Amino acid sequence: MRVKMTVNGKEFEREVEPRTLLVHFIRDVIGLTGTNIGCDTAQCGACTIHMNGIAIKSCATLAVQADGAEITTIEGIASNGDLHPMQQAFWDKHGLQCGYCTPGMIMSAIKLVENNPSPSDAEIRHGLEGNLCRCTGYENIVRSVKAGAEAMGGGD
Amino acid sequence: MTKYTGQSVRRYEDPRFIQGRGKYVANLTLPNMAYLAIKRSPYAHARILNIDTSAAEALDGVVGVVTKDDMLAEDSPCGPLPCGWQVPDLKVPQNDVFQVDKVRHVGDRVVAVVAESPAIAQDALDLIEVDYEPLPAVVDARKAMDPGAPLVHDDVENNVSYEWVLGDKEVNDQAFADADHVVELELVNQRLIATAMEPRACVAQWNAFSEEMTLWTTSQNPHLTKVVMSAFTFTLPEHKLRVISPDVGGGFGTKIPNYPEEVITPLAAMKFNRPVKWVATRTESAMSDTQGRDHVTKAKLAFNDDGTVTAMNVETWANNGAYLSIVAPLIPTAFYITLLSGLYKIPTIYGKVYGTLTHTVWVDAYRGAGRPEAAYVVERLMDLAAEKLGVNKLEFRKRNLIPPSDFPYETPVAMTYDSGNYQALFAAVEESANYENMLAEQKKARAEGRLVGIGISGCIEASGPAPSAVAGALGGVTGFWESGGIRVHATGKVTVLTGAHAHGQGHETTFRQIVADQLGTSMEDIEIAHGDTAVVANGMGTYGSRSTAVGGSALVRSSEKIIAKMKKIAAHQLEAAEEDLVYDTSSASFHVTGSPDQTMSFGEIAFAAYTAHDLPEDVEPGLEENAYYDPNNFTFPNSAHIAQVEVDRDTGEITIQKYVAVDDVGTIINPMIVEGQIVGGIAQGVGQALWEEAVYDESGQLLTGSLMDYAVPRADGLPSIEVDSIETPSPHNPLGAKGAGEMGTIAATPTISSAVIDALSPLGIQHIDIPLTPEKVWRAIQASSNGGGN
Repeated sequence: MRVKMTVNGKEFEREVEPRTLLVHFIRDVIGLTGTNIGCDTAQCGACTIHMNGIAIKSCATLAVQADGAEITTIEGIASNGDLHPMQQAFWDKHGLQCGYCTPGMIMSAIKLVENNPSPSDAEIRHGLEGNLCRCTGYENIVRSVKAGAEAMGGGD
Repeated sequence: MTKYTGQSVRRYEDPRFIQGRGKYVANLTLPNMAYLAIKRSPYAHARILNIDTSAAEALDGVVGVVTKDDMLAEDSPCGPLPCGWQVPDLKVPQNDVFQVDKVRHVGDRVVAVVAESPAIAQDALDLIEVDYEPLPAVVDARKAMDPGAPLVHDDVENNVSYEWVLGDKEVNDQAFADADHVVELELVNQRLIATAMEPRACVAQWNAFSEEMTLWTTSQNPHLTKVVMSAFTFTLPEHKLRVISPDVGGGFGTKIPNYPEEVITPLAAMKFNRPVKWVATRTESAMSDTQGRDHVTKAKLAFNDDGTVTAMNVETWANNGAYLSIVAPLIPTAFYITLLSGLYKIPTIYGKVYGTLTHTVWVDAYRGAGRPEAAYVVERLMDLAAEKLGVNKLEFRKRNLIPPSDFPYETPVAMTYDSGNYQALFAAVEESANYENMLAEQKKARAEGRLVGIGISGCIEASGPAPSAVAGALGGVTGFWESGGIRVHATGKVTVLTGAHAHGQGHETTFRQIVADQLGTSMEDIEIAHGDTAVVANGMGTYGSRSTAVGGSALVRSSEKIIAKMKKIAAHQLEAAEEDLVYDTSSASFHVTGSPDQTMSFGEIAFAAYTAHDLPEDVEPGLEENAYYDPNNFTFPNSAHIAQVEVDRDTGEITIQKYVAVDDVGTIINPMIVEGQIVGGIAQGVGQALWEEAVYDESGQLLTGSLMDYAVPRADGLPSIEVDSIETPSPHNPLGAKGAGEMGTIAATPTISSAVIDALSPLGIQHIDIPLTPEKVWRAIQASSNGGGN
């Protein structure tokens, strides 16, 4: 089947098997490997991306479902060489260790903050329960998201 | 003067990770690459009657299959996977990369298929027909020894692979006979699945022209993998093998062994003369990554009326799974029994371990590896003893702490603790947690009928493995030094080559800090190279919280060699005596004592070393040094943690209300990274206390084979964790570092279980086996004398 979508502002039109998952389309077909795969049951959130403005798990979406969609991945959030404030916050607050969950975590966090510009610790923890991190114990991720929220213009 | 040590420098590795440029193995695509998938056993124990791959091979897009025939062929480089820890009378069962006659755990390797795409490889797996004759299985560490239990390997009698004993039984028995009190406990330290977020993966590329194999793999120790392959599992000459572990997405011990897939994938690459890639699914990881813990233990503690502990006795059945993994026999022996003294003076300890085989996935190191199992036993006994005496648990521990004046302290279980101040540690945690206040609040809560509990633990770790001679005496097949190289370029830039491997630990930052302080250069002028056996000549890798203490110390030694050589060059060019030269790291230059104007900078010397126009006669051109650092002891990080939980009487649900940790990990290079390691470690320890368990049913089926069934901690289940430190430098290494990677995990499990049992103690509950799931806790409340009502 032919699918066409915009990924990080660039249009891609490709022939895919109907069963192709969106995450495989992103990683294997167009070669953007920043989006990682950590499980096969949509539990870990490593593959979180933005589709039409919503954070989704790209392992639980078929590429054909994204036909005509606007996709943003971790590679597409910095602008003109400047890190996205959430990327910067994860760096500043040591919100990552092995880095594997980080792209998905950052993509989830951005949407969390867009929907709730100054989240409490509890709201951050609740909002990120679909993104697993095995390294950090989440403490610095919460700190990162708070700092990111502030830098994105939220906060008190 | 140190400039960087002690600073929370932001990590150099982060820019690539936060921008999606991590170099994980699964991201590697090579031209003409094919994809491998493995047909695994659905049975825990079965005879293989027939394997029919014809339909799979006929499928469009299938390149071919790799089978036991390829493994057994005369010109095959494949050999069985070895066990690298030889305790006395060890029985090592054959561990082939493909099973020939029988499968022995769910997920055991039967045959592999290679295809043009991962999807076609999966389709092909479904077309492979394997006929099995299912056989009875045994999954429990202790039941494996029952008469008539199904044998995992015919040549391992009673399923006992090894027995290990430490201590004088007679002295120990007498101490128990003489004691005022004894508490006894039988407990289970459940099996865990490490669940690094990155599933294992490898890519193999065979160069038929030069007859060289390159393997990219998710390893914590690529150099060890290369040696094991060359010597045992994939016997190309070592110089014809290159192993690369680029960015690795978490290890926690499960990425130590040389795995069958790291043999099968290169075998396929050789057979089809194409690059071949294998990436585990999460479910495949659950049934093929080595798992952790899994002990059944009977333990007792003797103590007197005055609260002095006099003896400990521990008997453990340790489940090793179906085959012996690379260091499996180490973990329940020299990493477990030897840690049973904890932070305490205990005159006699006797420990005995049965290392058994079962029809389950193999067990090997998982964060802490043996030491958490020891800490859990010790701390549960301390709680029970305090309870029996009716004294405060914290006070009871304090009464038995090893005093600071006793270091180096020789335990009755063959360890010599390097340094520590456990009294200061406890004082610090009491203050940080405001312990008095916690007790008052608990009293109030209890008066209201609420189940609020306070948990306490004081734990020890032996980290920084290991003195090679000691490791050898204990059964280690390899040495445990680390290599550290420093290459100063002509322009004054520095490449650091380390045999340690980072998979989240931040070596690219910490090692820059160490070397920059040694040489006086800027961190920006230093690059860290690791993880590629063609770039770094030798190494032992990262596990056992060893990288700073052992790998960092190697870099101090090689820095010293660099400075010594620079001194010769500077002395020659400044026409001064070497002994009159002082290296000032704050300006990165030598100056002549008494003549501050006579200087030569690091950059000038580096350039001079390479131009070689004017070197002393006995000095060769170039400026590059390597050091092998072999520690002369373990280091002994230690901790005191306090937590508060509340148990919901109606649901059994547990809320962690407070968690305060004070750790002594020796000298801290980067406090931000150390805090991150400790908090992350605590999260994993909490996971074991409350949620995580690899469950097998009686037939050996793994019931927790996905993240829908295996509960790793999520952000909303964990509290905010407060971490403080005291620093007693280790006298054994030039950095004074001990090790920060595992202390949190070791301490958190006993701390949380102590808090939960404390919360339930008004109901007369003294012990529940971990994980303390709501269901188990609820059942215990219901079964208790007054659980139903308030």
